[in-house]
Amino acid sequence: MAKVLLIAEHDGESLNPSTAKCVACAADIAAADIDVAVFAESAASIAAEAASLESVSRVICSENAAYRGGLAAVLAPQIVALAGDYDYVLGPSTTFGKDLVPRVAALLGVNQISDIMSVEGERTFKRPIYAGNAVVTVEAPAGVPLVATIRTASYRPVGTGNSAPVETLEMSADVPDHTRFIASETGKSDRPDLQSAARVVAGGRALGSAENFDLIFKLADKLDAGVGASRAAVDAGYVPNEMQVGQTGRIIAPDLYIAIGISGAIQHLTGIKDAGTIVAINKDEEAPIFEVADIGLVGDLFNVVPELTDAVD
Amino acid sequence: MEKILVGLKRVVDYNVRVRVKGDGSGVETEGVKMSINPFDEIALEEALRIKERGEATEIVLVSIGGGEAQQQLRTGLAMGADRAILVETAEMPDPLSCARALLEIVNRENPELVIVGKQAIDNDNAQTGPMLAALWGRPQATFASKLEFSGNSVRVTREVDAGLDVIEVDLPAVITADLRLNEPRYVKLPDIMKAKKKPLDQVPLADLSIADSPVIAETVFEPPAARERGIMVDDVAGLVGALKDKGLL
Repeated sequence: MAKVLLIAEHDGESLNPSTAKCVACAADIAAADIDVAVFAESAASIAAEAASLESVSRVICSENAAYRGGLAAVLAPQIVALAGDYDYVLGPSTTFGKDLVPRVAALLGVNQISDIMSVEGERTFKRPIYAGNAVVTVEAPAGVPLVATIRTASYRPVGTGNSAPVETLEMSADVPDHTRFIASETGKSDRPDLQSAARVVAGGRALGSAENFDLIFKLADKLDAGVGASRAAVDAGYVPNEMQVGQTGRIIAPDLYIAIGISGAIQHLTGIKDAGTIVAINKDEEAPIFEVADIGLVGDLFNVVPELTDAVD
Repeated sequence: MEKILVGLKRVVDYNVRVRVKGDGSGVETEGVKMSINPFDEIALEEALRIKERGEATEIVLVSIGGGEAQQQLRTGLAMGADRAILVETAEMPDPLSCARALLEIVNRENPELVIVGKQAIDNDNAQTGPMLAALWGRPQATFASKLEFSGNSVRVTREVDAGLDVIEVDLPAVITADLRLNEPRYVKLPDIMKAKKKPLDQVPLADLSIADSPVIAETVFEPPAARERGIMVDDVAGLVGALKDKGLL
């Protein structure tokens, strides 16, 4: 049976939802044994979460202070030390996985498949290129480990209820001292996480200021939605970078996406094309966002958004 | 530091709406505007600013591709790089082979810093930077939005999904540039003239004698699944009604 090693993503405390989505992708590979590797300073509760995921065969858990911050230079050699037993080494196509997995692939002397969006066969996959304007089918060679990142927006998380065995693993490779984690500045908020929220409200340049972005937050709070933004709104300093949706920001797939004052550059659209329903509110009826919107409303957001906020129970 | 190596890739311009060829053999690049990969342009701009602050002496550009990639290297020279190297090959190699070729150039040039874009906007692989760092056995700082040099190390602010991470890496190192690292300058006409006289060396890829990589084959290209045409509503009441119809409110 094919063996998969999936690298878990976490923030030091809990498992990132990207891991459960990667398990769903791995489970699409015919008859695969899926092991999840957790590298953390303090791994027990993260490993327990991973062990609860359906389709997981085993959790490999390695604890060391050096894993703080999830540095690629530290983790990659540890993963390579494990990889000999596996046919597949997989990680999420999040900033964590995009940083780490190519380093693993290069150390293993193989190429990597980035952003798997569907499994077509044991070594055949589809992935988006050109900001999602084309999809290419790729075929990995046999006889070498298949290393890949998974486009998490293409998958629904697997359920929980499993209790896979957890095995402890001693650190086996050297830790380089040339790379040091200093700090994380994360925008902790009480709103639903942008990546996993069922509803997302996003604002663009047309908001005009950080203060006006409050309109977006108010509507989002009414809808219990996550909040996103276009690159233009982030570049203009209205909101921080972690809210950017698009080719170079988050790729998301909420059930409902409401784009407000976002024109809809192709780089933005690639971040939302898996959304269930896209609503566009824009005063420019020619805006490209209307080409992909399921429901469009041409109007001035400064009138429409407060009215919509009031109309939502 | 003595030297910064900057990688530039020639790609289909950011503003071009790419189309898949009718026979599914690739995307249409005939007669399409080509440019420097925008993230690589940011990488170069950062190198120029480091040099202008007096923290580096020489900026060397490197590209891998056909002879036409000289255009993008000349643009990079016009922006202010000192010289350029084109690793010449008719077929674009796979990412691992690119990283191996870059490693050969790194071993010849011995830069203290390599800066490349975080990804190329054609294949969106985002692999070359970390792969080069791995093969070189050196640190990587991906998705950089701010660099602060002190002594033999650089403190890098990285744009990650959760916000910002700060890491410190010793030189030499590989940095990959994210969008908000800087805003690249425009090229001025006199600089284009000057750039014609700057050295541009061509090295055939075959001369670098890199190992063969197991290549991932790209078999069929297709357009993405189209979304169905939506509806337009006249007002907020119409929008709320449409959302209720879909069970979303």
